[in-house]
Amino acid sequence: MYEFNYRHANSVPDAIAAMQAADDGKFLAGGQTMLPTMKHRLAGPSDLIDLKGIAELKGINVTDQSVTIGAMTTHAEVAASTQVQNAIPALARLAGNIGDPAVRNCGTLGGSIANNDPAADYPSAVLALGATVKTSQREIPADEFFTGMFETALAEDEIIVSVSFPVAESAAYMKFENPASRYAIVGVFVAKTAGTVRVAVTGATTCAHRALRIEEALAGELDAEKVDAVTIPVEKMNSDIHASADYRAHLVIVMAKRAIAAASS
Amino acid sequence: MKNVELTVNGSPVSGEVESRTLLVHFLREHLRLTGTHIGCDTSQCGACVVHVNGKSVKSCTMLAVQADGAEVTTIEGLAHGEELHPMQQAFMDNHGLQCGFCTPGMIMSALDIVKRNGNELDEATVRKELEGNICRCTGYHNIVKSVQAGARAMGGES
Ligand SMILES: Cc1cc2nc3c(=O)[nH]c(=O)nc-3n(C[C@H](O)[C@H](O)[C@H](O)COP(=O)(O)OP(=O)(O)OC[C@H]3O[C@@H](n4cnc5c(N)ncnc54)[C@H](O)[C@@H]3O)c2cc1C
Ligand code: FES
Ligand code: FES
Repeated sequence: MYEFNYRHANSVPDAIAAMQAADDGKFLAGGQTMLPTMKHRLAGPSDLIDLKGIAELKGINVTDQSVTIGAMTTHAEVAASTQVQNAIPALARLAGNIGDPAVRNCGTLGGSIANNDPAADYPSAVLALGATVKTSQREIPADEFFTGMFETALAEDEIIVSVSFPVAESAAYMKFENPASRYAIVGVFVAKTAGTVRVAVTGATTCAHRALRIEEALAGELDAEKVDAVTIPVEKMNSDIHASADYRAHLVIVMAKRAIAAASS
Repeated sequence: MKNVELTVNGSPVSGEVESRTLLVHFLREHLRLTGTHIGCDTSQCGACVVHVNGKSVKSCTMLAVQADGAEVTTIEGLAHGEELHPMQQAFMDNHGLQCGFCTPGMIMSALDIVKRNGNELDEATVRKELEGNICRCTGYHNIVKSVQAGARAMGGES
């Protein structure tokens, strides 16, 4: 790892000022992606600005309509929250199956979606539930947030403050996981909210996305059989040592059907 | 260089570190607490698990400066003199180790499992919870038995 300046920010404006003053700064949340990337020297920021001390970025607030989770809330905290378990059980379960306990004790919601790994779990929930990402500058709808592989709509000096998830009538997440890392080879999040069904897929392509063909076939109903007629474009699928493009396309259908069955039961 | 001050196994410690110094290097090389191991250095194996403010973390994936002000417990902090912690004793009694390289991380993870899941642990729970700890020797069977026995012993039963 290259040496860098470590900075501890006490407030959002403080962190933004530190970022603007740095040559090539990066924010640090749980470090579970940032530090491995720096060890591999795939990143060599001049400054790391630690967001840990910013109270405003932490905590969970649940109302009848929505679950709002601070960016610095860890996966373990989301998984263990009885409020989240009651309001959107699929979201608590998703958080509880990220990586392993030690990763969940550090890794955060904000870090996960800012990083936008093609195989990360949270992006599928943000998309399927139609969440809103609140940043230091604005509110970004889910459909505009994830823009490509490891790319998001965030500006360099923009900080995710919280994510607001509408409470779904029913929702479920099914992940076919890599047995070593627990990242998704393919994961599908299905959510029925206010009469519409949204389906989001992660792990399959370069970036989490809504499966519009499946959504159209379902037409607002949680009926797994309707997915049988859908074809998934194989040419867009990732292909690597873990799974071929054909296999991933097949898994999208299988995981979607399992998620729909779980959400409707 | 930065000065960090933390509490390790109940004692206050401090040291000058680079920003990039990992917590595991601070523990092993500055404090000479070499019970915490480095198996992979890529966040996969769990040989480096310690507790920071009561929670299990991979100390190869945390900077020493991130732990500034924290309370850290390592494997060296468990025994009382010659008397092993019940979880350590359970690993010994149940042949939960062969080469022993993974054992400090297994035991620190096991204590975190007991804290969150209680003293009666079924096999499936232990196996799921140990997903972040890799052992190249035992085949896990006796590790799972050890964790279950250690958890019961911590609850006052043997
Ligand atoms: C062994 C292992 C297994 C894992 N398994 C899974 C898995 O199964 N599923 C999964 O989804 N993930 C998995 N992860 C990734 C894990 O969830 C990470 O915690 C997460 O991707 C990054 O979160 P972090 O808080 O650690 O962020 P960091 O690593 O600290 O930061 C990641 C990036 O986000 C930026 N960032 C962080 N917070 C903010 C913010 N508030 N505003 C703006 N930018 C910000 C940082 O600048 C950095 O670029 C795994 C990681 C490991 C090490
Ligand atoms: S050395 Fe830290 S996880 Fe392997
Ligand atoms: S006992 Fe040798 S690695 Fe586990």
